[in-house]
Amino acid sequence: MGEIIQEESGKKGSKTKAKKQSTHIDMTPMVDLMCLLITFFMLTTAFSKPKVMVITMPEPPDKNDTAKSQIKIPEFRTINILISGDNKLYWYTGSLDSKTGPVTPVTKTNYSKDGLRKILLEKNKDVFTQIEELKDKVKKGVLVMADSTVNNKIKEIKKGDKKGPIILIKAGDGAKYRNIVDIVDEMAICNIGSYAIVDMSPKELEIIKTAP
Amino acid sequence: MPKIKMPVKTPHVDMTPMVDLFALLLTFFMLTTSFRPQEAAIIDTPNSVSDKQAPDKNIMTIFIDSIGHVYFNIDNGKDSSKHYRKDILLKMAENYNLKFSEKQVNKFATLSSFGLPIKDMSKWLNSDDPKEKERLQKNGIPTDSAEGRPSELWYWINVSRVKNVDSEVAIKGAASADYKIVKKVIDILQENKVNKFNLVTNLQKEEVSLNDIK
Repeated sequence: MGEIIQEESGKKGSKTKAKKQSTHIDMTPMVDLMCLLITFFMLTTAFSKPKVMVITMPEPPDKNDTAKSQIKIPEFRTINILISGDNKLYWYTGSLDSKTGPVTPVTKTNYSKDGLRKILLEKNKDVFTQIEELKDKVKKGVLVMADSTVNNKIKEIKKGDKKGPIILIKAGDGAKYRNIVDIVDEMAICNIGSYAIVDMSPKELEIIKTAP
Repeated sequence: MPKIKMPVKTPHVDMTPMVDLFALLLTFFMLTTSFRPQEAAIIDTPNSVSDKQAPDKNIMTIFIDSIGHVYFNIDNGKDSSKHYRKDILLKMAENYNLKFSEKQVNKFATLSSFGLPIKDMSKWLNSDDPKEKERLQKNGIPTDSAEGRPSELWYWINVSRVKNVDSEVAIKGAASADYKIVKKVIDILQENKVNKFNLVTNLQKEEVSLNDIK
């Protein structure tokens, strides 16, 4: 706090004595200023950088390329996830266009833990178990690996899988962006290797329109 | 017995340690700070488990707000002396037969996201009134192709891709945005040969263990 150095009156004309001045500097304004600056920086700082989820879309087919270069995928492996408005969700395996019809019919499910995730985990059991066991070993210190090596191993496991599901994510009318992100996220949670976001066929649009 | 007289002291607090601490904190914040860029719209992003960090340089961001308006931002790249933003605006002006003064171009280089038709850009750059600026941005960047030529968003993406080859694409969409508009933006990006996107999300942990499948 500021000190008032009082002038000593009287003793006029006497020898000027060097007064003992205290070496205190009043730091209050400095502290005030610093407080202000700190508050400013704290409020404007963006500590956590935004997180991103990387998705790769299939390249659109070349219009000039008439030769069909479509890859055949085994029907029993394909799981179609149909996203409809009002947070409704359906799934079926196989293809609607095949002569025998879809492998399992269009069934309603939901975004909860016991909904779609249960189905996906069940279908992707092998890969999921392998990856989780690997992660577990690394965590417990049985296996010592760098993070990048672990990621590569996980990629290898996903790639080497020949029986796991291939997911086709299809969004219909009224689907929100949140729904798509949730489903893609579910792929990451369930360690699913192959999935794609594709357009819905008219047949599927018809089905989800009339479905409960 | 004589009373003991307490000497009258000014209540002085030694503030040196406090100042020391403040100075330390201040230095820390000043060094670590990266300013939150001003964004044209407030966007509530969806949650995901991904903990990958967004690249902080060479990034082109497309914002989609909950009512489906599209905003755009491109940074100056790793080396800000390259002035990508200036080049991009000049090229856009060329595409649309518009003229921007040097002052306007310089101003554009320092700004961040925007969402308005290119014909209003001049007005937007001249204006200093936040209300006026907001009014100009009320419709976002046009995404529909008009008069037989691609949409303005297509041009922005195209020019940005040509000028800064290394730029990556991030989509910051509102969770409640319609997927249709997101799809439209993705289609425009794919027309520009962008097939990999960074979707900006909030981190939300989700644990699944082996026990869940037993």
